[in-house]
Amino acid sequence: MSMDLPIQLTYLVVALLFILGLKAMSSPVTARRGILWAGVGMVIATLVTFATPHLGNFGWMIIALVLGAALAAWLGRIVKMTDMPQMVAVYNGMGGGAAAAIAALELTKAASVGTAHSGILGSIATALGGAQEGMGLAATILALAGSLIGSVAFSGSIVAFLKLQGLVKKAHRLPAQNLVVVLLLGAACFLGGWIVASSLPDGGGLQGWMLLAFYAAALVLGVVVTTPIGGADMPVVISLLNAFTGLAVGLEGYVLKNPALIIAGIVVGASGTLLTQLMAKAMNRKIGKIIFSPITGEAQAGSAIQGSMKEASAVDVASMMRYAEKVIIVPGYGMAVAGAQHKVWELTKLLQEAGVTVKFAIHPVAGRMPGHMNVLLAEAGVPYDLIFDLEEINEEFAQADVALVIGANDVVNPSARTDKSSPIYGMPILNADHAHNVICNKRGKGTGYSGIENALFYGENTRMLYGSAQAAIAEVIAGVKTMM
Amino acid sequence: MVDFIYIYVFMLAAFTGYEVISRVPVILHTPLMSGSNFVHGVVLVGAMVALGSADPNDPLQIGIGVVAVFLGAANAAGGFVVTERMLAMFKPGAKKGAAK
Repeated sequence: MSMDLPIQLTYLVVALLFILGLKAMSSPVTARRGILWAGVGMVIATLVTFATPHLGNFGWMIIALVLGAALAAWLGRIVKMTDMPQMVAVYNGMGGGAAAAIAALELTKAASVGTAHSGILGSIATALGGAQEGMGLAATILALAGSLIGSVAFSGSIVAFLKLQGLVKKAHRLPAQNLVVVLLLGAACFLGGWIVASSLPDGGGLQGWMLLAFYAAALVLGVVVTTPIGGADMPVVISLLNAFTGLAVGLEGYVLKNPALIIAGIVVGASGTLLTQLMAKAMNRKIGKIIFSPITGEAQAGSAIQGSMKEASAVDVASMMRYAEKVIIVPGYGMAVAGAQHKVWELTKLLQEAGVTVKFAIHPVAGRMPGHMNVLLAEAGVPYDLIFDLEEINEEFAQADVALVIGANDVVNPSARTDKSSPIYGMPILNADHAHNVICNKRGKGTGYSGIENALFYGENTRMLYGSAQAAIAEVIAGVKTMM
Repeated sequence: MVDFIYIYVFMLAAFTGYEVISRVPVILHTPLMSGSNFVHGVVLVGAMVALGSADPNDPLQIGIGVVAVFLGAANAAGGFVVTERMLAMFKPGAKKGAAK
């Protein structure tokens, strides 16, 4: 599988474009350029691959390529911004599946090299061709490792998609969940070891059912691990599976001796791991804990909260905000689901005209993923220099006249600071309760996404503005307009 | 062992990935995750090579290869479209909000 020098050099340039693209994507000013560079790299890589020597099956290749690309691009164009996280999960799963399929194909080829085409399942069921023709020991092991990781990423991402899309609602947890996970992982490793051993020159031959059982164990493992994880933890899991796919791609790159795959895959594996850690840290969750002991509905809901919720009318809210010096808006996923971000931006512009300073405070995990809320606000036209991170803005709440919380819940729950029995105890939160007045917009009474009571709603300085975000903010806008 | 050189490639790529990401503002985390999701779409290239060198007379090999290329192409194309859509929205405000 040696390549011509020009092709090798092109892959080097492609790897460079990917790295520079990712680098550029880490600043809002150059981010757009970054994805374009990476895109150019991808096109070049695809085109030059057609020139690889001794390649055939171009008909099949082009059909599969065009179908896959066209379908995914079409879906990517029509998906709503709020549904972006699950779409990323789907594409990620496809990448993991592709990596696993490459390994399956390479193992199948190696199996069919040595002896005649006979036995179960056509060619799989024959012995590996021995040292001179087969894949070699290291390549076989890495191909299997990549398959295991890629398969878990594939089935896990599908589950993540189904959950975020609301097609699977409950967080099912098997009895002895962790034991099942360990057994499945053990079974996959055992089968992998068996495949390696039987593909050695005197190993007795690789059987088709071994490969099938291996992939089945890996796929079921992905499902079992992901299914019990609650919606709130899903972003971390998607990010982790993204890193997994990167690693799987890198490992298959070794099998194919392709530097572009190795570099791009491992770079994504490493950066994805870091990103996962950043997200988990922002939620004060340990990655191991998310996977092995997820927050479930039955988890203790924290101490009971004293006090009552006090309601405010839209007109009260409008006057409070109109005559404030400084307003901090805390948007949450509830706002995005209601599609109220355009209304919120309209309100912001109105308040700015009235001389009010308006800032947006974004919790790292607002929305469904870190940064998701920024995307949703950007879509509505909110410039990113009005948007501030938790560390940047948390001190400012004490000077704010009004904190407007729209569809956010756990990320402003003061129980995270005070109540040791709360499941979210220790999670960094936005200090909205430090503002002189707090207004919380909510569809109705009751707990939010994670089912945890929010002490903020019962605060002395808190007023509840009931109603769907879209309608409630429209009323507030109308109120402010009468005061201009 | 010529293959040993790949261990170095693995190691350097891992450090590169870590460094490239380490100074990213939170607002770009989702687009960046999407962007890195696009980058591992290069698995398409591997799938093409694997399918291209499959035995044309073996339907099993062709089948697996076609699935690999289809999934790889979808990863790459879909990843690009959604990342580009997200990043297209990032633009700085014409002026800072009426600061007092």
